[in-house]
Amino acid sequence: MHTAAGVEACLPIRSDLDLVWVRQHVRQAAARLGFGLVAQTKLVTAASELARNTLVHGGGGQMEVTHVSSAGAQGLRLAFTDEGPGIADLDRALSDGYTSGGGLGMGLSGARRLVHDFHIDSTPGDGTTVRVTCWVAQPPRPREEA
Amino acid sequence: MPEHEADGQLATPTHEVRDFLHRWREQIAQRWADEPLFRTVFTVSRDEAVEAGKVVVDALAQVADSDQVEDPDSAGFSGVREQLARMGVARSRAGLSNTQVSSELAALRPPVENLLAADLEQAPPEHLRACSTTLTVLMGTLRLVAMQTALSEWQALSDRQRLQLMEVATPVIRLWDGIVAVPLIGTLDSARSQVVMETLLDAVVDQHARFAILDITGVPTVDSLVAQHLMKTVAAARLMGAQCIVSGIRPAIAQTIVHLGLDLDVITRANLADALGYALHQLGADIVNAGAGQR
Repeated sequence: MHTAAGVEACLPIRSDLDLVWVRQHVRQAAARLGFGLVAQTKLVTAASELARNTLVHGGGGQMEVTHVSSAGAQGLRLAFTDEGPGIADLDRALSDGYTSGGGLGMGLSGARRLVHDFHIDSTPGDGTTVRVTCWVAQPPRPREEA
Repeated sequence: MPEHEADGQLATPTHEVRDFLHRWREQIAQRWADEPLFRTVFTVSRDEAVEAGKVVVDALAQVADSDQVEDPDSAGFSGVREQLARMGVARSRAGLSNTQVSSELAALRPPVENLLAADLEQAPPEHLRACSTTLTVLMGTLRLVAMQTALSEWQALSDRQRLQLMEVATPVIRLWDGIVAVPLIGTLDSARSQVVMETLLDAVVDQHARFAILDITGVPTVDSLVAQHLMKTVAAARLMGAQCIVSGIRPAIAQTIVHLGLDLDVITRANLADALGYALHQLGADIVNAGAGQR
């Protein structure tokens, strides 16, 4: 089981300016944990995509940053929550090139490829929560026992 | 000693406070000059701080005279607004938070209250209490006025800076006949990228540019929206007969773009020099080392 060290920060996502703050916060948190430059850039980009989804499709929400550790590995978990209309067809939303907002349609599917763990919960009419986790080195393998 | 009228004929608290402020103007200003708010803002001389303090005391007396001690819009404050804003902004430039500035303003109250208590020592206790309350309300209003004014000043400052940033971030540089470059810096949100596109297209027309180099060395994050903005700019330039080259793609950004699954349908180069070399070559101008033939 992953152990969460508690929510480190909770950032509102209400405007374009908040997106800038989300990116900077994630970059700093990742750098503090020892993420390399490439891993930082990937996580920040994923956060940027997901935060924009929260803003544009979910009508605003928040991001929670949690420091997680498992089997000695350190990681960062980001949870994006909104109370928007939700996603009716998750499979379609997660496919490359599908968009409902006039974008390229690569945000959600691309963000999934940029992180180690990706969970999405959405109930139509009830909002969406996306949880992503990135580990400093390799993701810990559940079955690997010493 | 204040000359109190006969018992039962005491002045109203606001007028008592007004008279007190007039009588003790010098002493109040002297004490304020030692408070951090005045001491650190008026650094040229202590007299300067005292003079500034007197102006504020006069304003307070005028507000008390008009019986509007609770009204931050009272005419008496209009004369000191600018000075209060300057003090607040100076303190926040020195690195203080709004809360700290606010508590420095609050620190102006105790010295005045002590003077009032000493001044009205002989007065009936309930009169002193009423005057003291009026003074507290008046000082609270002063604090509110100062914070309001400083906040609107900060707001104006940050609005100006945002506009400045928008202009600063999009210079179009002519590198050669027919080649222009835009070094992009910072966050490419929708408003910024609109400015970039407009200035670039204007430059393409003005400079008869056939090549436009978009350098993204200074862009920290390239996500799908930034990529979309870039591609729109490239497409618009193409319609005007200019070919775009995107340069300055750092290794971390390149890997992220690949994972994100973005297809940048444009000529790209790792750095600005390579992009310029490519554009010159396309224009039929090759760079040769002038010294090479003489050796």
